[in-house]
Amino acid sequence: MVQTMKKAAAENVPYAFRNYSPEQLREVLHKMHLIRRFEEGAEDAYTRGLIHGTMHLSIGQEASAMGICMPLKPDDQITSTHRGHGHCIAKGAQVDRMFAEFFGKTTGYCKGRGGSMHIADVSAGNLGANGIVAGGIPIAVGAALSAKMQKNGKVVICFFGDGANNEGAFHESLNMASIWKLPVVFVCENNGYGMSTSTARSTAVANIADRAVAYSMPGVTVFGNDFSAVAEASTEAVDRARRGEGPSLIETKTYRHRGHSKSDRNRYRTKEEIEEWKALRDPISLFETELKQFGIMDDAAIAKVRETVEAEIAAGIAFAKDSPMPSTADVLNFVYTEQQ
Amino acid sequence: MDAAVRELSYSQAIQEAMAIALESDPRVFLMGEDIGVYGGAFQVTGDLVERFGTDRVIDMPISELGGAGVAVGAAVTGMRPIFEFQFSDFATLALEQIVNQAAKMRFMLGGEVSVPLVMRFPAGSGTGAAAQHSQSLEAWLAHVPGLKVIQPATPHDAKGMLLAALQDPDPVMIFEHKLLYKMKGEVPAGHYTVPIGKAEIRKAGKDATIVATSIMVHKALDAAAQLMAEGIDVEVIDLRTIRPIDRETVIESVKKTTRLLCVYEAVKTLGIGAEISAMIAESEAFDYLDAPIMRLGGSESPIPYNPELEKAAVPQVPDIVAGIRKLAEGRR
Repeated sequence: MVQTMKKAAAENVPYAFRNYSPEQLREVLHKMHLIRRFEEGAEDAYTRGLIHGTMHLSIGQEASAMGICMPLKPDDQITSTHRGHGHCIAKGAQVDRMFAEFFGKTTGYCKGRGGSMHIADVSAGNLGANGIVAGGIPIAVGAALSAKMQKNGKVVICFFGDGANNEGAFHESLNMASIWKLPVVFVCENNGYGMSTSTARSTAVANIADRAVAYSMPGVTVFGNDFSAVAEASTEAVDRARRGEGPSLIETKTYRHRGHSKSDRNRYRTKEEIEEWKALRDPISLFETELKQFGIMDDAAIAKVRETVEAEIAAGIAFAKDSPMPSTADVLNFVYTEQQ
Repeated sequence: MDAAVRELSYSQAIQEAMAIALESDPRVFLMGEDIGVYGGAFQVTGDLVERFGTDRVIDMPISELGGAGVAVGAAVTGMRPIFEFQFSDFATLALEQIVNQAAKMRFMLGGEVSVPLVMRFPAGSGTGAAAQHSQSLEAWLAHVPGLKVIQPATPHDAKGMLLAALQDPDPVMIFEHKLLYKMKGEVPAGHYTVPIGKAEIRKAGKDATIVATSIMVHKALDAAAQLMAEGIDVEVIDLRTIRPIDRETVIESVKKTTRLLCVYEAVKTLGIGAEISAMIAESEAFDYLDAPIMRLGGSESPIPYNPELEKAAVPQVPDIVAGIRKLAEGRR
């Protein structure tokens, strides 16, 4: 009887709170805030004309990036998307070098050549964001083929959005990963809209993970704003990949608070819809509630995390501002390897 | 003949290069459609799968876009893929990965990665395969910074340039004319390289320069032999690499001969001939010209099925002979 009661209690405790230490959980909250404040800082710098071009913000999707990267080892690899700042931070990038990249500076991760849409951090295993929808999917499969051939035990996470699931590259890549049993986890962050077109209008299945059946791989749909649920699904898929049992497809259902990019006037969704997601399903608020509920952090500790993040963001922006611009004489650098 | 030099066909020479690479470098693997037990649509991979196994000679699904991306991903994570398109025309399905990813990844990432990728494209007309299996699309890819594009014209170069491509840290696109696969020539045994970016003067001459690519090198040499009998001494340059172009060899030759004919199979307009012509017009060789530059290229049409039409759609030896005769008019 006591045993049964204990088991029931354990089942009511979310996966993350059964499996991660308080230090790990605090760090997750720190990173989630870091992602959000990075995005807000980038948006602010853009508005003030310090960053040009465009950018795609992942505010509202922080739990998906953090939960998916939770089971990864430092030398595991990811491919990311145009909405990839969160993935970059979750995989271990420093915000100062990210800001520097957005500012076009030589100290940026891509020395000012890539910007927001091509941010990468190869030494931390981030093979890069991608400006082409589904462009990174076959590249992730190639990285997983390398891992299998080199028998190095690495797992590759392939992030993409709901829009990418209708590209041919999605179909070709999932099929190849499955027939070759490659150590790759496909992660569809379904935020409901491919630019302005809703998944209801663009996609013939209700859940994108249902498409896994067509590739003979496990497919699971989770609430993407629930850090614990995402981390649990990712851990299962990453473990399976590491055991050599092949790929999985995870769909994290989430929502972006901001528009698609800087040109978006939000004409395809209602203000009420946006406000409802912010008020009821904000991933950071949901996680903070759990942290308090399970006695990991109190309001004061959470406030302290926010303060730390503010300082990191301010220092990152200052670093970017103070960093040197590339010389226009170096426009040919990095086209070919002999050009450095 | 040197004991170490044998007669091999162009396709055997490529296969030998791939075998040497597979033997000596564990990072090298082949992927493509029907390159395993089938041996490749043109039998270039032949029995390599029996020697090196299905893990290193990978039959991929008919998925050119995905497959090309897999090769890119493998290349940036420590492997050395050699990717075979069944026909160069099918590269149209994979341009996203070639143009947006392979060519730009090093640049976009600020030099943090290299993409040591070799892709092979069986190209060209003359097999009766009609418009979707006969194109010469090399200039498309040569327009993209970040790629290197080569067109070996002999078995010797096919082997040596493939082995050079495998030492190159950047993506190298190899266009192989299908009619050359059965052509025989002297090929040294063992490992050697032929440099990428260096043209070769196949026949020295003083009266006019022909800059030719791929199969047109052989047609130009046939034309040059005929013209020699008429007292016109033509220099034939095998360009071999169309990105980067060997400017020096072409410019020096034109300064010497004062006349230039460009011959290539791809559609004439906006092709390699336009680039060579502009390069001469912009160089000191322009002042040496004694006649307008002339181009002979493919017709402004898809490649037709009918064999006579097919031949008419690309430059032939009599066209080259006539072209040079016209250029040489008014010669002292």
